[in-house]
Amino acid sequence: MSFRLEARADASIALKLLVSLGAGLAALLLVAIPVLFAGGSPFTAYGLIIQGAFGSMFALSETLNRATPLILTGLAAAVAFRARLWNIGAEGQLYIGALSAVLVGSGLLQMPPMLLIPTVMIAGFVAGGLMMIIPTLLKQRFGADEVVITLLLNFVVILLVQMLVEGPLKDPLSMGWPQSVPLLAEAKFDKLVPRLRMHWGLVVGVAAAILLWVLVRKTVLGFEIKAVGENRAAARFAGIPVDATMLKVALISGGLAGLAGVSEVAGVKGYLSADLSPGFGYSGIVVAMLAGLSPVGTVFAAVFVAAVFVGADSMSRATGISNYLADLVVALSLLCVLIGGFFLRFRIRYERAAAPAAGA
Amino acid sequence: MDVLLDIFGSANFWAAAIRIATPLIFGVLGALICERAGVLNLGIEGIFVAGAMAGWLAVYLGAGLWGGVLVALATGATFGLLHAVLAVILGLSQHVSGIGITLLATSLSYFTYRTALPTVTSPPRIVPFQPVSIPGLSDLPFFGPALFQQTPLTFLALAFVALVAFVLYRTPLGLAIRAVGDNPASVEAQGLSVRGLRIGAVVAGSALMALGGAFLTMSAFDAFFFGMVNGRGWICIALVVFASWQPGKALLGALLFGAFDAFQIRLQAEIGQVVPGQVFLMLPYLLSIVALVLVARRADYPRALLQPWFKGQRH
Repeated sequence: MSFRLEARADASIALKLLVSLGAGLAALLLVAIPVLFAGGSPFTAYGLIIQGAFGSMFALSETLNRATPLILTGLAAAVAFRARLWNIGAEGQLYIGALSAVLVGSGLLQMPPMLLIPTVMIAGFVAGGLMMIIPTLLKQRFGADEVVITLLLNFVVILLVQMLVEGPLKDPLSMGWPQSVPLLAEAKFDKLVPRLRMHWGLVVGVAAAILLWVLVRKTVLGFEIKAVGENRAAARFAGIPVDATMLKVALISGGLAGLAGVSEVAGVKGYLSADLSPGFGYSGIVVAMLAGLSPVGTVFAAVFVAAVFVGADSMSRATGISNYLADLVVALSLLCVLIGGFFLRFRIRYERAAAPAAGA
Repeated sequence: MDVLLDIFGSANFWAAAIRIATPLIFGVLGALICERAGVLNLGIEGIFVAGAMAGWLAVYLGAGLWGGVLVALATGATFGLLHAVLAVILGLSQHVSGIGITLLATSLSYFTYRTALPTVTSPPRIVPFQPVSIPGLSDLPFFGPALFQQTPLTFLALAFVALVAFVLYRTPLGLAIRAVGDNPASVEAQGLSVRGLRIGAVVAGSALMALGGAFLTMSAFDAFFFGMVNGRGWICIALVVFASWQPGKALLGALLFGAFDAFQIRLQAEIGQVVPGQVFLMLPYLLSIVALVLVARRADYPRALLQPWFKGQRH
């Protein structure tokens, strides 16, 4: 008996959901190993994670607060990966977006909130977008690989932010802490519910997901992104402006990551510091992959990843198991969903007769 | 000018350059082997972390320094095997698989460190590799301290450059590895296993990457810190392109990089009051980007890089 792989034309929604669920379950099963290794009970740990993420209004607010930047960085990765533009630089773009928010919104412009908030958001979006346009242009003009350049730029940007918050942007009233001058009150996002941390950034994220869904499904640019992502040479042959499309994708992708930075500054911290993001840019890649690059799915995947992080913190406080367990869950989910993608692309056919000898 | 003369004229500077280059030599060689076989391994950053942690922890638990080296090698090989299963056997996206391996190896290392040492406040230390003297050479004036007073892992890295070059260019195995990254169909036509060669290359390359990490905790420093790898893996991925996938040029690239890094540290000591320290810290990353952009146009990428291979596949 032998088996061969047969490419699927298209996977049904049911199969996609099944594979996502299977991947999630597989990740949870695998994570039981390190939990046991750390001397804990997997069921207790999972219970505490779920309780810590959703068990109260406060927990839910923390989870949604954490999901907000992940929705935006997840969308950033999703739109770029759809066009096969490998933007691994969302972390740096997030910081550049946050930096622009502080530059524009901490006293340079005096406006009512109705004007200042959109201005700050546009500044962050454009700055993040430019940050991704640079490596895209380097790719187009010089053939330089965008993966490595976006990765390396992350380190450059974080050092730049460190330099600025210890130097010219440093808040004189921060008691020596390396943090920037605060954002004006007029530039800050309101809380969604009084006394809870979740804020209007969540609405921005969900709105961005819906807009991106419309863009991908209903517009010419969406069609061009699909064509460029599936086969760049064929797209060029068919007369699609490949380079221009890639630049638009770069602007949108980097811009969304920049918005994540604006949202963290305007909605949570109120100032810029070099520890603004605990890797939201990198987690965004996982979010996008978990969502199968679907914009609406990104919202749910972001809530899942955020819940794992928030829940693991609370689990860690209760059991003493390291909260790096959250990073493990997220990494394993990514790998499981990647393997799941194999079953979406291929169907495995078993055959009784020996396969033809060609190539065997 | 005097400052520059002081820096380049000191044996100390050249010794530091070689020391800084050592983990990069391991990393670039590892990435080079993987890519020559047609597989991009973005797991490198995490494999550095895992090699650094596992090697160090083994020594800390009493395995001895060379025992730690073996543990690091095995750790790297294991993550390499995982990447090979995903990227070679299942033919999944090498980019995403590599990023996944980096996330997994990093989080597993941090989790293991925290779990094994739950109560420590300051990182525990081990007795790292000490510089060895080579009779005759180490006592030479200037050249002795500049080049020949390094730890065993540095000499091991240099030996690996020669070994990898020899295997790649002078053995049938090397010919097959190079062919599998350029024209896998020709390899299969000869009756060799494309996937077998690729899996072997990824496992071997990943083991070398882990040694780069182990050098950090067992030779350059004596403890494991969170975030200590700090992009060195990504720099290696850039250096491979800069080195045109050749071991000799990889050594040269790593040494140039090491010299540059050692130079900026010393320059910082001289003019650090005028320019913020972060500017100097940025330079290695910016240098890698510039190097990549400069060579990218004429870079001779292995032609089958990133392309999965299914047995019996026809073009």
